[in-house]
Amino acid sequence: MNQENLVSLPVLCHHYKMEMSFFNDLNDYGLIEIYALEETYYVHKERIVDIEKIIRLHQELNLNLEGIDTVFNLLRRIENLTSEINSLKNRLHRFEGDQ
Amino acid sequence: MAFIDYYKILGVDKNASEAEIKKAYRKLARKYHPDLNPNDKEAELKFKQLNEANEVLSNSEFRQKYDKYGEHWKEGEAYEEARRQQQQQQKGSRQQQADFGGYDSRDYSDFFESMFGSGFSDSRHRSHARFRGQDYNAQLKLNLRDVYNAHKQVLTVNGKTIRLTIPSGVANGQIIKIKGKGGKGINGGPPGDLYIEFNIENNTNFKRDGDNLYTDVNLDLYKAILGGAVTIDTFDGKVKLTVKPLTQNGTKVKLKGKGFPKYKQEGQYGDLYVTFNVNLPSKLSKEEKELFEKLSKLK
Repeated sequence: MNQENLVSLPVLCHHYKMEMSFFNDLNDYGLIEIYALEETYYVHKERIVDIEKIIRLHQELNLNLEGIDTVFNLLRRIENLTSEINSLKNRLHRFEGDQ
Repeated sequence: MAFIDYYKILGVDKNASEAEIKKAYRKLARKYHPDLNPNDKEAELKFKQLNEANEVLSNSEFRQKYDKYGEHWKEGEAYEEARRQQQQQQKGSRQQQADFGGYDSRDYSDFFESMFGSGFSDSRHRSHARFRGQDYNAQLKLNLRDVYNAHKQVLTVNGKTIRLTIPSGVANGQIIKIKGKGGKGINGGPPGDLYIEFNIENNTNFKRDGDNLYTDVNLDLYKAILGGAVTIDTFDGKVKLTVKPLTQNGTKVKLKGKGFPKYKQEGQYGDLYVTFNVNLPSKLSKEEKELFEKLSKLK
């Protein structure tokens, strides 16, 4: 794992004013993956978008981690269904053209 | 600057208790939160209005002021004076506030700013944390021929000029992410991303399904029966195709690698499927008719 792509947990705690335990809980729920390198814990920088979303859902809607996990799963399903609809629309367009 | 009925926005009565307001806000916020309604501008606007209504009605001082001057705020001379003083005190403090990326819950209405001043801020938003900038969404309309080869395009999104290389084989409805080309980060945070959705129009004689292309070729009766060669159009030029004797109407032939380029797989192409439509003659000469009659007697 290239360290350039990682952000340390103390940095995240400082920026988002969150406790370390919050990120540990996210890791326990499988919402993020924490990597240990030389006794420091990190998350991949690509997960920052999700982390910010989690913090917003937690603080603004008072969602607990089970709720956030459910929301993420449903959003992923919506995303998959949207792309499936797009692909089916494209295929339908092809068949409509046949008539 | 239209009057905004915050009670109506939250769907509560003017005499609603603090608990009722909180409950209504939470219920509607869960419904319209931008993270739960990605790419839904209407939900985003509704959420901003809800925040604004909640900021006012959940604060007894602001609620009192709103109740007193709300609808007739222009007539409140004393209020106007207080507002002027408040604005002077708060001048210059507006730019220092932090917020989350993705959407701007600080985007209050003119009505709100007139009532409570532009420097008003909920204490939970007062930290100076760095946040990612807003993600932008854009749609790009292209023709099918445009995406057969990779090409460069210059786009203007929210006033910013973006030079973009569009890879070959992009699909209709596909969304690609351009990292760091969204809104500016807040308090030195990283910029957001730009999401481009491709809207691809097909003006060609080819039908596209994934990486495969489909086309129809007309064959005259004699070529269908006796076989021969036809020259057909593919996406990148003409090719000569051998027609087998006794080719039936609707026969499909696959031309390997003559389809559409595969997205981000350089040198890889889908296939082209050719369907033969056998055309019967619409007119026969006397001699032709006699020959066909002879043929029919041979059967």
